Amino acid sequence: MIYTVEVCLKAGQPDPRGEGIVRSIHDLGIPKKEVSISVSDCYWLDGSLTSQELERIARELLVDPIIQDYNCHALQSDNTAASHNITVTYNPGVIDPVEETLMQALSNMGISTIRATKTAQRYRIEGTLTQDELDLITARLLVNPIIQHVVSETPSAFPQSPSYIYKLKHIDLLNADETQLAQIGRDYALNKDELAAIIVHYKSIGRNPTDAEMETLGQTWSEHCVHKTFKARFNFEGQVIDNLLKSTVMRATKELAPPWCLSVFRDNAGVIAFDDDWAVCFKVETHNHPSAIEPYGGAATGVGGVVRDVMGTGLGAKPIANTDVFCFGPPDLDFNRLPPGMLHPRRIFKGVRSGVADYGNRLGIPTLNGAVLFDERYTTNPLVFCGTIGIMPREMSQMGRQQPGDKVVLVGGRTGRDGIHGVTFASEQLTHDSTELSFTSVQIGNAITEKKVLDGLLKARDKKLFSRITDCGGGGLSSAVGEMAQETGVKVYLDMVPLKYTGLSYSEIWISESQERMLLAVPPANVEELLNIFVDEGAEATVIGEFTSDRRLTLYYNDNIVCDLPMEFLHGGIPQMTLTAAWQKASRPEPEIVPSNNYNDTLLRILSAWNVCSKEWIIRQYDLEVQGASVLKPLVGTKEDGPGDAVVIRPISNSQRGLVIANGINTRYGDIDPYWMAASSIDEALRQIISVGGSLEQVALLDNFCWGNVKEAQDLGALVRATQACQDMSMAYGTPFISGKDSLNNEFEHDGKRSSIPYTLLISALAVIPDVSKTISMDFKRDGNLIYILGNTYDELGGSEYYAHLGYIGTKSPKVNAATARNLMLNLSQATTQGLVRSCHDISDGGFGVALAEMAFAGGLGAQISLDRIPAESAAKRDDILLFSESNSRFIAEVEPAKQQEFEDVLHGNVFAVIGEINAADTLEIKGLNGEPVISLSIKTLKEYWQKPLRW
Amino acid sequence: MSAVKVILLRAPGTNREEETAAAFEQAGAVTQLATINQMARASFRFTDYQILVFPGGFAYGDDLGAGMVLASELSLKLKSEIIPFIERGGLVLGICNGFQTLVKAGILPGPMSKGQTVTLTNNNSGRFECRWVYLTANPMSKCVFTQGIETIYVPIAHGEGKLVAPPDEIEKLDVALYYTDEHGQRQAGYPYNPNGSLNDIAGITDESGHIFGLMPHPEDHIIATHHPRWTRNEAAPSSLGSVIYQNAVNWVRNL
Repeated sequence: MIYTVEVCLKAGQPDPRGEGIVRSIHDLGIPKKEVSISVSDCYWLDGSLTSQELERIARELLVDPIIQDYNCHALQSDNTAASHNITVTYNPGVIDPVEETLMQALSNMGISTIRATKTAQRYRIEGTLTQDELDLITARLLVNPIIQHVVSETPSAFPQSPSYIYKLKHIDLLNADETQLAQIGRDYALNKDELAAIIVHYKSIGRNPTDAEMETLGQTWSEHCVHKTFKARFNFEGQVIDNLLKSTVMRATKELAPPWCLSVFRDNAGVIAFDDDWAVCFKVETHNHPSAIEPYGGAATGVGGVVRDVMGTGLGAKPIANTDVFCFGPPDLDFNRLPPGMLHPRRIFKGVRSGVADYGNRLGIPTLNGAVLFDERYTTNPLVFCGTIGIMPREMSQMGRQQPGDKVVLVGGRTGRDGIHGVTFASEQLTHDSTELSFTSVQIGNAITEKKVLDGLLKARDKKLFSRITDCGGGGLSSAVGEMAQETGVKVYLDMVPLKYTGLSYSEIWISESQERMLLAVPPANVEELLNIFVDEGAEATVIGEFTSDRRLTLYYNDNIVCDLPMEFLHGGIPQMTLTAAWQKASRPEPEIVPSNNYNDTLLRILSAWNVCSKEWIIRQYDLEVQGASVLKPLVGTKEDGPGDAVVIRPISNSQRGLVIANGINTRYGDIDPYWMAASSIDEALRQIISVGGSLEQVALLDNFCWGNVKEAQDLGALVRATQACQDMSMAYGTPFISGKDSLNNEFEHDGKRSSIPYTLLISALAVIPDVSKTISMDFKRDGNLIYILGNTYDELGGSEYYAHLGYIGTKSPKVNAATARNLMLNLSQATTQGLVRSCHDISDGGFGVALAEMAFAGGLGAQISLDRIPAESAAKRDDILLFSESNSRFIAEVEPAKQQEFEDVLHGNVFAVIGEINAADTLEIKGLNGEPVISLSIKTLKEYWQKPLRW
Repeated sequence: MSAVKVILLRAPGTNREEETAAAFEQAGAVTQLATINQMARASFRFTDYQILVFPGGFAYGDDLGAGMVLASELSLKLKSEIIPFIERGGLVLGICNGFQTLVKAGILPGPMSKGQTVTLTNNNSGRFECRWVYLTANPMSKCVFTQGIETIYVPIAHGEGKLVAPPDEIEKLDVALYYTDEHGQRQAGYPYNPNGSLNDIAGITDESGHIFGLMPHPEDHIIATHHPRWTRNEAAPSSLGSVIYQNAVNWVRNL
């Protein structure tokens, strides 16, 4: 039978979960009224127990006696007009990690009569609410139908997964008519040319493909796995570009070819040298669609996925830092503007944030660098970029090579239906019935499973027990095994794969995207020792096949061959796409601005803009200190709450060498010209590195392209232009790309109307520096010090926060003169290393005014500035342009008067000027071109406006 | 002089064992990591070690409440080893998740036979927070880890660090460390007391002063560049968290 233990807080104990929901109810626009919510946790245990055993389980495992009470009554619905109970549990097939832990804890206690457990949350809502309001609260705050449903009482039985009866399935490709072919193409996401190539192959061997073979081809030839758009042949404005990726970004890296690039565009992450003994790797992935559907789980598994990429790089790296960049719709979006079925940006934001934090914190990886962008176009397609940096012994930086006969070992989580029907399920109209659909596809990540795998892997790596490693990500085993065995061949016995529940067909096992799995090639002599390591860690490791020398992918299910594909066709058979690209600048008028003699309000409003305001609410919920390597944290200054430009870590405890982590993303400039958007993002990432005292000596870049679609020539043209900018800037700055990723289908159709994200390019940057003690932070340090601006200001308000605040986009987005900028960066870096700079901040979103205000309030000091001293082109000699232009390659620096001469000597030949002085007053005063103050505000006010929007 | 040996317990989800080991090594100790299964083996000898450490992290994901599952496992598998270890005068340190575990297992404030008498629960803010806090030692405390300390500056990183207990139990506690402001003053409010802990309690010891649990992470401030304001020349050596580890190692050495 099913036993219930309900654990609730004792009377009078604060209930933060309940209070959080009450706050969110107010966010929903339900008029404020007296509502209180208490939350209790329900555990259902299926098996047989004596009542003493049940009490013992409750007391020893489930209840904190100081603050909690419990009861063992079956749940019943007992709603009244002023008191409502809503009990929410997970859908069949969605496994709450708590269930696994509970089963293990029960087994530790010697209780073996429990077959399964389930968890539920019970919300007791006190207060007068209409049924409509209750339904709204349930739908918007308590239940995500993708993973959860409401129950009214303790279930009488847990749903059972159906059993699976083996039957080999063929796809009738050879006799299919055009309609059927089109359907097959849709089923396996293959285009016409690809299908034609597959037909030719199967005609030549005289049989139809099995479903597993089609799945394998569909996965292996997918955009996600082969990046076929980037590898396509482009016709662009009379020019033929054969393989966009190779002829731009990768070409720059090849031409720069610095000796410290150890493994680039090859492995799961790009690898560079750290010192003679160590190498570091960096990878950034997107996890957009899953995060739109189930923000918490989607984002959490995004972190899990990119961490596994790093664990699966070379012969295995240890993750040492995470980064995250989010793009959401505006948190204050009117619910009327939200398409049906979509979650509100605020809920997506909160869910994604907690998913990233919970997973990263549990893994013991500090989440250090990031950004959040808001734009209404991300409402239906939020973007979630998760990045991980890893470190490994330098001798293990290259991809391994297995020998025929090496065993295929699968390590980590069990395999379920996760990810198999996720996307189709998500696009269906959701009803209460959908939750009853068979075992579903969305998984809640289990960070502890991944931690156990990580701990075991590093031990096995150091004992050199495996010859090769990769992660199971998109495409599951089908891509991991298929890729790893490309040069040898492999036999996999799918019936040996450990399953979460029965009922999976062989092809479901093959393509499942269940999380927390890694794949190893292990020489037979090491298998036993390797398996024992994982036993010690409490992680599952299983031999599921072996590598061969026949260059074929052969899959078995209970001795039946279910897939037999030659590697040559699987990896070489995909026809190259030919795409036509064109790009035309949108025609918009340049806005006419009436100048003002006071910009106090404008500056305050820009400081409060979603894109500019403090992100402390997010940052503090990440563990910033775990691993004990932090040097410059994301929040700096006298109150430790100013916006640092880049973070610095010192990963090896007996060395002063460090890593600087930065990113650049400038979506709005892409509305004007994607070329300059990309160039600006690279410049921004590099500026951040220079600001903290890094250099251009050894900087590696990563690109992540997210486009709405790549069907139209204009969108492809935008992609070509952005990519070309990456090549040009990479060459000009001498900073190679080492890895990249793309997600090119981020649009949403509703009522026949398509909405698409703006062109989005995230540039992530990683710099190696010789001595972390030379780094500096952005907060003003001392009154009396001089304030410099470095770099020229141009009439470039296009795509700026200032224009956005006025409702414009404009036409003149910031450009980059990389030769000038590079020289400035080299000299400024030198000055900082020589100890001549006390603080430095790069000028980015919001322009000079925002950067200056941030330095002042972060340092708790005032400043007096004259705009007429700012070096600028003549068209930019206007107070608002000088204050808010986002011209690239500019910095504000603080220099002690005693070091003025030395500083200026080092900077000689660059554009720079002293524009004012720091003072001990608490006011920021900026004089306009006519000598009268255009800004005069207390730093307290400035900081308040900057902090209040996201003080959630 | 024989080496001071420290054993750190690793459970699935423990994640600050390496920096905690580094802090002990900086203090001159020799460290060893072991899983609970390794410790429970007959070949494992607690008598080889003088300091037993429960590091921070998320043991078992904190799935049934912070430290709950590990506390239950300790009681089931290691109780017969830990009690003699304590009685022999061994030092026990629980940091963050390790503190939560000691409290839920009843090891702190102890004695273990009394069961759990205090708890660490959700921060008043209702969320996980990472921030730096000033900790001021109680000069009256018997705690060997905090002797001679005035005020140190170290980070917290937790969601469940608020110490709660019935008033009579609170009265009886030997409080080793308080959350204070930079001048050592208690009742400074949030964020100085980052979680709403009763009486600003950050760390407690048992009646022998040998068992010490605290929520903050002294192991994350053992060199000047850990300090969040070192670029402002504000990283005073007296604010380092290393002193906790040094005290423990010195105490064992002076036995």
